Amino acid sequence: MMIITRRTFVKTAAASGAAFVLPGTAPGAPAPLMRAVPSSGEMLPAVGLGTWITFNVGDDPVLRDECAEVIAAFFEAGGRMIDSSPMYGSSQPVIGYGLEKLGRPKALFSAEKVWTSAADGAAQIEQSRRFWGVPRFDLVQVHNLVGWETHLETLFAMKADGRIRYVGITTSEGRRHDLFEQIMRAHPIDFMQLTYNVVDREAEERLLPLAAERGVAVIVNRPFQQGALTRQLEGETLPDWAAEIGAGSWAQFILKFILSHPSVTVAIPATTRVDHVRENVMAATGPLLDAAMRERMAAYVRDL
Amino acid sequence: MSEWWTYRLEDFLLFSPRVYWRMFELHNAAFWPLHLLTLAAGLAIALLVLRRPRRHGLWIALILAALFAFVGWSFLWSRYAVINWAIAYVAPAFGLQALLLAIGSTVRGGLAFDRRNIAGRLGLLLIAVGLVAYPLLPPLFRRPWASAEIFGIAPDPTAIATLGVLLAASGGLVPLLFPIPLLWLVLSGLTLHAMGDPQAWLPLLAAATTVAALALRRIAR
Repeated sequence: MMIITRRTFVKTAAASGAAFVLPGTAPGAPAPLMRAVPSSGEMLPAVGLGTWITFNVGDDPVLRDECAEVIAAFFEAGGRMIDSSPMYGSSQPVIGYGLEKLGRPKALFSAEKVWTSAADGAAQIEQSRRFWGVPRFDLVQVHNLVGWETHLETLFAMKADGRIRYVGITTSEGRRHDLFEQIMRAHPIDFMQLTYNVVDREAEERLLPLAAERGVAVIVNRPFQQGALTRQLEGETLPDWAAEIGAGSWAQFILKFILSHPSVTVAIPATTRVDHVRENVMAATGPLLDAAMRERMAAYVRDL
Repeated sequence: MSEWWTYRLEDFLLFSPRVYWRMFELHNAAFWPLHLLTLAAGLAIALLVLRRPRRHGLWIALILAALFAFVGWSFLWSRYAVINWAIAYVAPAFGLQALLLAIGSTVRGGLAFDRRNIAGRLGLLLIAVGLVAYPLLPPLFRRPWASAEIFGIAPDPTAIATLGVLLAASGGLVPLLFPIPLLWLVLSGLTLHAMGDPQAWLPLLAAATTVAALALRRIAR
């Protein structure tokens, strides 16, 4: 007889695409879809917040406050994961500013990266931690696999010491998928981050199935191709059946497609607008879509 | 960088157009009314170059050196590098340009203004673009006046007017003074192009004009 533990239950559920809904996120608001981190069973809301370009506002006080409002709306909607990198200019101190202004929300799941060709990744991670003003990061990923061998060693040591909780690797726009696969097979990483959306579907071939097989959580970056995809679709009409799948906009249509893939844990769209952050989190409510519907969605976009 | 051929120009853009142009608004607000002084200095340089007095080369070069040092520190290092880490590597080049200009002003035969050829006349055109045309650009590109790029305050008009001055100059060190402002204008033009900004052609055209003027001068010899 198979004994079902919390870990195996969560792992199986995550792999089979089962969704969990956090009850009572905000009064009257639908609770966002939750997905499990396979290596721990920890539940995370399936829509996170990316900060590439959008949070790089420098010392501009008006724009810093706007970013803080976006963070506030994100947490109010039930979001948790905020993702950044030392590569993103001033995004890290801007996140720190927003978190400080909001009184350090306890819901935060902090996802950072190490991005340096220098051997001492720990020093950069410490600098990033100071920018955020958090006691420790939940997740640190090797950004674009720069110096990955050295940094993975550092990150696994930090995880063992309890200085971070999870270890991950990242890429974007289909780069270095072969190396990604090798690392996933050889190292016990918790998360991988890559680009995946209704038109960039290369990850479906090997990496997303492998993530399910290896129990690796998947973060999806650039869901809207840095806004290019939504701008491209802006003038097009949503299909009649979009309402049936709970998509009221192209952004929600795209996010629904991504989040319905059973291997995807969190998508991290970036935005500067409070209404968009709410709309994005709302995409993680309602029914999940089966493979046939996802193919129908991809075909519809392809034929536009 | 691995798989470098898969990267597009846009992949290197770290900030939005809104953040970029608001940076100029904040910078202008921080240093107003210094703009009046830098524009007056630019006008004085233009008049001195027009009159071609050889003995004023020292002052022209020293003023340009001071402005390059100021723009490199105040704008590139202290402001632009905050949103674009690559600029931290570029800002010292403005310091180097200031040093070269200062050396050029003091070395005997380093810098003199006696050009009456085609390159010199194109140089005067560039000086006019940097001093007069640039501050007038915002409404043409539907931006607020507060985002205006001013000679001696912002890098592009400073680099363009400086190239204009150099085209009207002669001296042993002059060839060393072209690369940094030229490369800056290429970098700035590519950045604006990556932002999808219609103003992108302007710094690139100014750089191309400078190169063309240098080529014409060489042919004329």
